[in-house]
Amino acid sequence: MKQRSYLALEGVTVEFPTRAGRFCALDGIDLEVEKGQFVALIGHSGCGKSTLLNAVAGLVEPTRGAIFLDGELVDAPGPDRAVVFQDHSLLPWLTVEENVRLAVDKTAGGRNRVERRDWVMHNLELVQMAHAAGRRPGELSGGMKQRVGIARAIAMNPRVLLMDEPFGALDALTRAALQDVVMDLQARLNNTVLMITHDVDEAVLLADRVVMMTNGPAARIGEDLAVALARPRNRLEAVDTAQYAEARSAVIHFLHERYRNPATLAA
Amino acid sequence: MASPSPGRMSGPSASTGGSSTELGVILPYPEQAIARRSFEPVAAPEHPLIRAARSGAASMLPTMVMIAGLLAFWQLLCGSPSATFPSPLAVWQESHDVIMHPFKGVEIGLTHFSIQDGGDVGIAGHVLTSLSRVLIGYSIAAVIGVALGILIGQSVFAFRALDPLFQVLRTVPPLAWLPISLAIFQQAQPSAIFLIFITAIWPIILNTAAGVQTIPAAYRNVAKVLALNPIEYFVRIMLPATVPHMFTGLRIGVGMSWLAIVAAEMVQGGTGVGFFIWDSYNSSLLTDTIVALIWIGMVGFALDRIVAFAGRIIGRAG
Repeated sequence: MKQRSYLALEGVTVEFPTRAGRFCALDGIDLEVEKGQFVALIGHSGCGKSTLLNAVAGLVEPTRGAIFLDGELVDAPGPDRAVVFQDHSLLPWLTVEENVRLAVDKTAGGRNRVERRDWVMHNLELVQMAHAAGRRPGELSGGMKQRVGIARAIAMNPRVLLMDEPFGALDALTRAALQDVVMDLQARLNNTVLMITHDVDEAVLLADRVVMMTNGPAARIGEDLAVALARPRNRLEAVDTAQYAEARSAVIHFLHERYRNPATLAA
Repeated sequence: MASPSPGRMSGPSASTGGSSTELGVILPYPEQAIARRSFEPVAAPEHPLIRAARSGAASMLPTMVMIAGLLAFWQLLCGSPSATFPSPLAVWQESHDVIMHPFKGVEIGLTHFSIQDGGDVGIAGHVLTSLSRVLIGYSIAAVIGVALGILIGQSVFAFRALDPLFQVLRTVPPLAWLPISLAIFQQAQPSAIFLIFITAIWPIILNTAAGVQTIPAAYRNVAKVLALNPIEYFVRIMLPATVPHMFTGLRIGVGMSWLAIVAAEMVQGGTGVGFFIWDSYNSSLLTDTIVALIWIGMVGFALDRIVAFAGRIIGRAG
């Protein structure tokens, strides 16, 4: 048997029972991700991107096929696959620090109180949110909440970081600031990342690979594009390169020519 | 916290440290400072005590004017000697003793109070008797109600089994339970407590269950990703997420308890504020009844506020 990649999805099929029979969201997805790779998943709404991410998170069980992380079968959710949720999912009754602390307490076995506190603050500093440690999520802007959501996820020291359209609900300027945060983190930590996005520029700018999915139901991987931009990346330098333009063009042609949005086809 | 270097977070211009124009160098304003600035008060701060007094007076004044106006209207309406209903002045004169000596026959210590057996007891003594019944019955209802609410909120099986039963039982008026309660307990005190219990428990159960059922999927997913065990989930997620619903039920419950106790005591007799009303009606002391009504209203209001306050404190503590 060949050596499996760090994160390996093998023939993952997900079906949901509905009143009209079985609904097949994903049909035999094969995906291999190397350690330290940043993979963006892109596709139209309803193509099963979130289902794929939830399957890796362990929140959805594949009907057929299997997912392996570092050689181990994924069969339940766990903090080694930290998720940054689209709606940030911070607990409103806890402060920013307590939200991250809850995650740290579940993953920092053996560390004492002071070390845990320091680790929480270190991660908040990485996303420039240490100044808001004592505030509650309700007092923060959307961008700030998502920074905390990212801090909570990376504080768990995950083996793979899963981001479910993390900036989808943010305005364009805030989104750019958060993308810079993610680029900065990637340069420092070199996490293995699986990120869902709707935004072509975001995918090309952040990812080493852009995995494009066909329209659902029974979505498959349509194309797997390597982005040959050097790291660490800088937005202004990247957008002027030929590689950026090529990658961007390839993704746009895939999304708007080969697999057009089913909603616009119907219109 | 280290002071942010300009442009560190604003990204692109970080490498250049700002861009030059004909007029000068534009340095990006750090995002943190922008965010912090919006939390600063705009106007010059007033002393908090003065501000509290000012806003307190502003909210109290209309109430005071309204009460004075109503009393004057009532006096005008019922002031003539032929009126069948006593005027405020008549209440003040005829029930002077009840108003001024509410604690007659009551001994209040630091940890206990005792009420003289039978005979002449002030209105506060009756209110305390009623309150002690409410306190016992309501506490039992709160504990069992919250536990049952969490059970049927968590378990679909328990919900299907018990919810129809609860939906039917909760519509039974409190007084309808009285004969059953008397038959079971034979005595006034425990049957009044049972009545309070059976009145208060339904809103507590149903609101707690609704709270548990509506915990957002997002919080449950967080709990799964963090791999919280059932006890951690209960303490860190379920309880704090349910507290607002729970206290809605507890507030409705305490209000209904207070409604039920007065009715129960009117029927049962003996002691308590409900008995006081019935007794004063039988003795044709309508002015005493009016004083008792005001006491009941004030105590009911206080109970509601106390439970609401507890809910806010617990909700904040998380």
